[in-house]
Amino acid sequence: MGTRQAFEEGLDGVNKEILRMGVMVEEALRRAVESLVDKDGELARAVIAGDAAINQLEQEIEDRCIVLIAREQPVATDLRRLVTLLKVVTQLERMGDHALHVAKGTLRLLPETYMKPLIDIPRMGELVIGMIRDVLTALLNLDAALAREVAQRDRLVDDLHNQVMREVFTYMMENSRFISQSISLLFISRFLERVGDHVTNICEWVVYSATGEHVELNQ
Amino acid sequence: MQLTVKRAEQDSPLSADALSGEYAIQTRGLNIHYGGFHAVKDIELSFRKNRITAIIGPSGCGKSTVLRSLNRMNELMPGTSTTGQVLYHGQNIYDPKVDPVEVRRRIGMVFQKANPFPKSIHENIAWGARINGFRGDLDELVEGSLRAAALWDEVKDKLSQSALRLSGGQQQRLCIARCLAIQPDIILMDEPASALDPIATLKIEELMTELARRYTIVIVTHNMQQASRISDFTAFLMVDKGRTGFLVEFASTEQLFVKPQDKRTEDYISGRFG
Repeated sequence: MGTRQAFEEGLDGVNKEILRMGVMVEEALRRAVESLVDKDGELARAVIAGDAAINQLEQEIEDRCIVLIAREQPVATDLRRLVTLLKVVTQLERMGDHALHVAKGTLRLLPETYMKPLIDIPRMGELVIGMIRDVLTALLNLDAALAREVAQRDRLVDDLHNQVMREVFTYMMENSRFISQSISLLFISRFLERVGDHVTNICEWVVYSATGEHVELNQ
Repeated sequence: MQLTVKRAEQDSPLSADALSGEYAIQTRGLNIHYGGFHAVKDIELSFRKNRITAIIGPSGCGKSTVLRSLNRMNELMPGTSTTGQVLYHGQNIYDPKVDPVEVRRRIGMVFQKANPFPKSIHENIAWGARINGFRGDLDELVEGSLRAAALWDEVKDKLSQSALRLSGGQQQRLCIARCLAIQPDIILMDEPASALDPIATLKIEELMTELARRYTIVIVTHNMQQASRISDFTAFLMVDKGRTGFLVEFASTEQLFVKPQDKRTEDYISGRFG
């Protein structure tokens, strides 16, 4: 075996870039949530500025995939892997956008005093960052079992989002001064919840890549 | 005994059911030897009517041998022996009572290298029909065959010109027209575009897709992109240690190129075949 050296090298290169992009997205999310908790405007602005690099990397990876398809004409598992990478890169870019939106939320909330300490939103952040890391491991190893396990964790993220929602509704009903802050926090929670959904989409593509079967893992 | 497929009203061993079956031709336990050499073993393939089936595999796996067995072309080579059955609409074409000339009339063949007769374009088509006892309007037959082979517009003003003056792609389409003039219902193609440039290849491929409306097509090709582009079904053959060809996988082309079931198919189509 190994007669497809150019293709293997190309695929390896794309995989490495996807990993690099994944790390950038994880970092953007981590810093966005941190900026929110610490009310750190500078950090939030750095996250917003950093999104361009993620978008740029998305295009570069797409171009590499397209060149590989045109030049190597992959079929079967090779083709499924490459199409999966093209799909994954889009999901990662969207997650980067959500990090940016969280950072923008930080900037909106800077003048406010939080109505309560932020607990669940940082937990959501930790959860989705762990999911991103693990789904990328599953992707590189074509590990369908790990992908399915990661998708299960999305339920925890959804539960936390619902909890945040109930909580802020209560605050809004108690005191109309909290409405603006509550809406901002609700959006931020929603952005993180969406990140979990994007990870689940990647999980589905990993299963497809490994088995050729389309599955629905979003409960 | 004549093959009585198209003329069911004649003394036919076939029932109407067999005629309307979904397969035009099937091989059952097909084994072919060239002298002491076992060329292919135990081939079981069913070719659907009005569909294009591609046979792919590495050099020497017996693709062309299997193809040629479908119209008894192999037996023109001395020392060839064939066992098993090839069922044409259910009727074994290797039955001793079947006339091989009749078989080849029903099951036409187009070869890798275009091989027009050194005669006029018109004569290339009319000749085969004439010796087969065609009694209709020859001009009409020539025009119809050339049209069906997507060549008419290019040659209608020079039918008396030598066929050898046509381009390679045109010569190949002429050979297809010549094959159609005999009114077969199955067309076998052995690497029909391998000697052609990409544009001529594309024309042949488009023509094949068009022809599949009326004919059953079996094509042997080395070009896997071609197989994946034009065929509905693909058979993948390999050779064992004794260099005998055997069938590894037979599936819809979509399935075979996206989700092959056999690791050996996967390795071959993705270029990892040692």
